[in-house]
Amino acid sequence: MMAARRSFWLIAAVVAIVAAPLVLPGLQGEFRGSDDLGTDAIVAANPGYQPWFQPLWKPPSDEIESLLFALQAALGAGFLGYVIGRRHSSRRDDVADR
Amino acid sequence: MHIMEGYLPVAHAAGWFAVSAPFVVAGARKLRRIVTERPQVKMTLAAAAAFTFVLSALKMPSVTGSCSHPTGTGLGAVVFGPLVMAVLGSIVLLFQALLLAHGGLTTLGANVFSMAIAGPWVSWAVWRLAAKIGVPSAVGVFLAATLGDLATYATTSVQLALAYPDPASGILGATLKFGGIYAITQIPLAIAEGLLTVVVMNALSGRAGKPDEISSLSGEIK
Repeated sequence: MMAARRSFWLIAAVVAIVAAPLVLPGLQGEFRGSDDLGTDAIVAANPGYQPWFQPLWKPPSDEIESLLFALQAALGAGFLGYVIGRRHSSRRDDVADR
Repeated sequence: MHIMEGYLPVAHAAGWFAVSAPFVVAGARKLRRIVTERPQVKMTLAAAAAFTFVLSALKMPSVTGSCSHPTGTGLGAVVFGPLVMAVLGSIVLLFQALLLAHGGLTTLGANVFSMAIAGPWVSWAVWRLAAKIGVPSAVGVFLAATLGDLATYATTSVQLALAYPDPASGILGATLKFGGIYAITQIPLAIAEGLLTVVVMNALSGRAGKPDEISSLSGEIK
């Protein structure tokens, strides 16, 4: 059970790290994506830069984009949970191969 | 770490494809060999892919006031070696390029190099080094995932600096500039990824703290 307790505190630390920027006073920022900021920096250093290729398909709105990101996370987390749960229930056999 | 579609000059885009392709091909072979020799690890392989899938979708706030996402490639790199992650990471990046317009097809080679090659190799090297000097497994996993995540973002910074050197301070100056955007933001997120990787590794193996934790996952014992 020591491992479970450690996992709890590790997850608590992760939550604290992620939440800190949102609640710490004095921190400022718009919380834009670093990928977008990088793109902005390219354009700022090279005024008038035009990307020479466009995405073949773009999510038509921010809502659809966040839907797809959520779907990506949900599929991954769902499958991870499935594997962890399956192994947890078969742990009596002490095998990690299922 | 995603360089957006069309934002790398043609020669750079092509160059990074040329650099990345051999790793992906070798990774595919390694993947096939692992699945043939140790079919019992298929679920763990899929779990490693799923972990990357989740983490690279989560954009988190950082103390720099911008947002970024972890990569999730350290877990698979520690268990299966870095080559396998070249394939799994490429799948994630392709998904994001095609369905999310995040990253891009022309920049895929460069993004694969940073997230699916450079990061995993650093993770793997750190893990091996930590094991060699006798650091506890959980600490080794933490360091591997954290430093691999940071390495990915540092690589992106260098890639952009090579493409867009600063007129005054050159490639080095541009690396620092892009590093300020990518790598500094990433520090707390990389630490979060490191901690989370330890938790998920423990949960997947059910053998937290045991010396055979990783080898039980990679199927190299039993």
